Amino acid sequence: MSKTTEQVRKSLAKRYRAEKMFKAYGMAAIGFGLLALVLLFTDIIGKGHSAFFETYVQMDVTFDEYTLDIMDVNDDEELNFANYDGLIRDALREKFPGVDGRQEKRELYGLVSTGAGYELRDMLRADRKLLGQTRTLWLLADDDVDVYVKSSSDDRLESRLSENQKTWIQTFEAEDKLELQWNKSLFTHGDSREPELAGIWGAVMGSLFTMIVTLLLSFPIGVAAAIYLEEFAPKNRFTDFIEVNINNLAAVPSIIFGLLGLAVIIGLFGMPRSVPLVGGIVLTLMTLPTIIISSRAAIKAVPPSIRQAAMGLGASNMQVVLHHVLPLALPGMLTGAIIGMAQALGETAPLLMIGMVAFIVDVPGGPLDPSTVLPVQIYLWADSPEQSFVALTSAAIMVLLTFLIAMNTLAVFLRKRLERRW
Amino acid sequence: MQTGNLLLLLVVMIAGAYYMGHRRSFALARPLGGIRHLHSLPFYYAMRTAIWCAIPALVVLGAWLIFDDTLIRVTVMDSLPADSQPVDASSANLLLNQIGNVASGAIAASEVSPAVAAAAEKLNSLRSLNRMALAVVVIVVAMLGAAWGWLKISPQMRARQQVEKVLQTLFMLSATIAILTTVGILMSVMFESVRFFGKVPATDFLFGLQWSPQTALRADQVASEGAFGAIPLFMGTLLISAIALLVAVPVGLMSAIYLAEYAPPKVRSFAKPALEVLAGVPTVVYGFFAALTVAPVIRQLGESIGLDVASESALAAGLVMGVMIIPFVSSLADDVITAVPQALRDASLGLGATRSETIKKVIFPAALPGIMGGILLAASRAIGETMIVVMAAGLAANLTVNPLEAVTTVTVQIVTLLTGDQEFDSAKTLAAFALGLMLFITTLLLNVVALHIVKKYREQYD
Repeated sequence: MSKTTEQVRKSLAKRYRAEKMFKAYGMAAIGFGLLALVLLFTDIIGKGHSAFFETYVQMDVTFDEYTLDIMDVNDDEELNFANYDGLIRDALREKFPGVDGRQEKRELYGLVSTGAGYELRDMLRADRKLLGQTRTLWLLADDDVDVYVKSSSDDRLESRLSENQKTWIQTFEAEDKLELQWNKSLFTHGDSREPELAGIWGAVMGSLFTMIVTLLLSFPIGVAAAIYLEEFAPKNRFTDFIEVNINNLAAVPSIIFGLLGLAVIIGLFGMPRSVPLVGGIVLTLMTLPTIIISSRAAIKAVPPSIRQAAMGLGASNMQVVLHHVLPLALPGMLTGAIIGMAQALGETAPLLMIGMVAFIVDVPGGPLDPSTVLPVQIYLWADSPEQSFVALTSAAIMVLLTFLIAMNTLAVFLRKRLERRW
Repeated sequence: MQTGNLLLLLVVMIAGAYYMGHRRSFALARPLGGIRHLHSLPFYYAMRTAIWCAIPALVVLGAWLIFDDTLIRVTVMDSLPADSQPVDASSANLLLNQIGNVASGAIAASEVSPAVAAAAEKLNSLRSLNRMALAVVVIVVAMLGAAWGWLKISPQMRARQQVEKVLQTLFMLSATIAILTTVGILMSVMFESVRFFGKVPATDFLFGLQWSPQTALRADQVASEGAFGAIPLFMGTLLISAIALLVAVPVGLMSAIYLAEYAPPKVRSFAKPALEVLAGVPTVVYGFFAALTVAPVIRQLGESIGLDVASESALAAGLVMGVMIIPFVSSLADDVITAVPQALRDASLGLGATRSETIKKVIFPAALPGIMGGILLAASRAIGETMIVVMAAGLAANLTVNPLEAVTTVTVQIVTLLTGDQEFDSAKTLAAFALGLMLFITTLLLNVVALHIVKKYREQYD
């Protein structure tokens, strides 16, 4: 046995150990990444799932004319401003007759959400014969009650509620007059200061309008730019410069696009702040590089034989592109556009710059109404000190992630089903 | 007429022009014996008519909308009597706002001076006149264009070439939007930055150690003079980015190596997309995770071993940011590692090297430029990341390298300076643009270098 073989044999065990270690590092790295992913999702779902249900309390409410303080039940104006909270207060006092004193009464009234009155109003408007009758109704509870009901017996000790309120809630629980119902307001309301009334619908509509503007602008412009660069652009300094610009813009931090929107679109062109139109334009500039790059890849993938066949039959350059290359490249372009849209949908920072962070209660009706978008709503709620908003934020994140997963799945599906391999 | 309605009407007119052009080309072709005697297909004559209808009208509309606000404003201000003319720019703005509010009915006309009320009335009348004139002019231009395009149709006309030329020009204009965006970004940050450096010397900004942008709002207010030394922000940004890269580079690199060299196809087909999900999660979600889950855990851990950890520690933000960047590093590294030719691997393995030795001594050096490029891109990403740090890092500008303390970053300060209620001209808002300029320059340099390295490397093996 030669000296070298001897040496190799001696070091072999060590080398194999190093090999194993190296492989283990690799697996640990993958494990770390996947663990982070699992932690992130379980954390969000664990925090957010409870927000999809809200606590309701059952009470006997009498639609009393005197408490409501109305003369004519058919007068809409009067119905609008009638004292519905009074009805709830009466019902609460009737339920707990022993309550006395300002402080105690306020605590008692605090059990029910301020939004419950509006529901009574809507009921009375829908059915005027209710006046004077008593109904057993489920009324929306206050968010503190909601937190208390949902928390475990250990956490209940730390509740913000007073001892009186806890006793009352336990009475409700004992009588089985406390129930978790599907959180309707989450999917029908705009923002609110009251967590039990706050919803994401305003933000979802804002996101929808912003995305429509972004898609309408970025897809045609991106495809046109990609066609020009792939099919028509002469090889010169100017086209090189365009390419360098596109590649760089793809890596510019998104907040810079917000500064551009603030200084140029709002400052120079005088467009209004906080509207989806401006948000859509800013996000268009941001997603254009992504769409151009993926569209170019899709055009490149169309084999030259198609072009040559069309040209051989006498088609002009433009006809070759529009009649043959573009339809074949379209699935790939669509995939790129959907991925770009998903990116834009999750973007927050540039929209903060153009003022889409306002507290907006109304659900926007068009791209020129002040609004906010889903990620910004998440940011705003994450800042709120109230405990219920944590669950609400996580629920909004779950909705956002659902949208994103749906879009990405659609992109993968399109790629698998429609894209042709040549 | 509202601009939206005008646009709708224009669309209808364009469709009409298309139809008329189509009809006329057929009408011209019939006596000649069919459309084969036309130079182009009827579609091109129709398109040409539609283009003649659309483009002049749209150009007029665009130019009008850009300039009309300024013109109306100037006319209204000139109409004010001499004694109520504003003295400087800020009072002019104030007065304009007041006039606008009176005109829209937000303020009752009786509450303001008669001169302002008169100006508001003038503003309203000018606005309605403007809308009328715009609608009339645009419609007339569209009709004239369509008529011209329609009349010019003849069997000899080379309509296809003309339409294709217009389309190609439109395509080219779309491509130049990338340049316009870059120019727009540069202009907007440069312009405001120059004004900022007029108020605060550039050396104070670049080398100052004190950052407290609170300035006196009124001249007579007793407040500290704002300090705009950006070094603490740069340090904070670097600290958080460094932590992020310390997490992302080893993890991302090792994942890429494992996926490319070791993983069986089944694991690879599952783990690669799963890691890429991390890149698709919105940053605001990471920010929420960092602020509400990771930061408290780190704080408790620190307390349990007797360390004092700030609740908005740089560590929490950096850690989560690192997780966010893992997929960037891993997918870029994966690309360059798989691009290394198989022959190099085979040669090394054939000489008796183990797989890890092959990776460390052969593949890694061959892939190094590409990996470096990827890391630089990841660094640029970390520096420009906004939402995670806005939600999880602090606002106080501490000059420290201790990852357990709260630091602030350039992006956090841009957001806080610009989302408050501020005058547009104050040193505070201008400072945000100066910070934006620094951010843009830094990331641009990193990107250019990284793209250059990646490109140069790719050319080697292709």
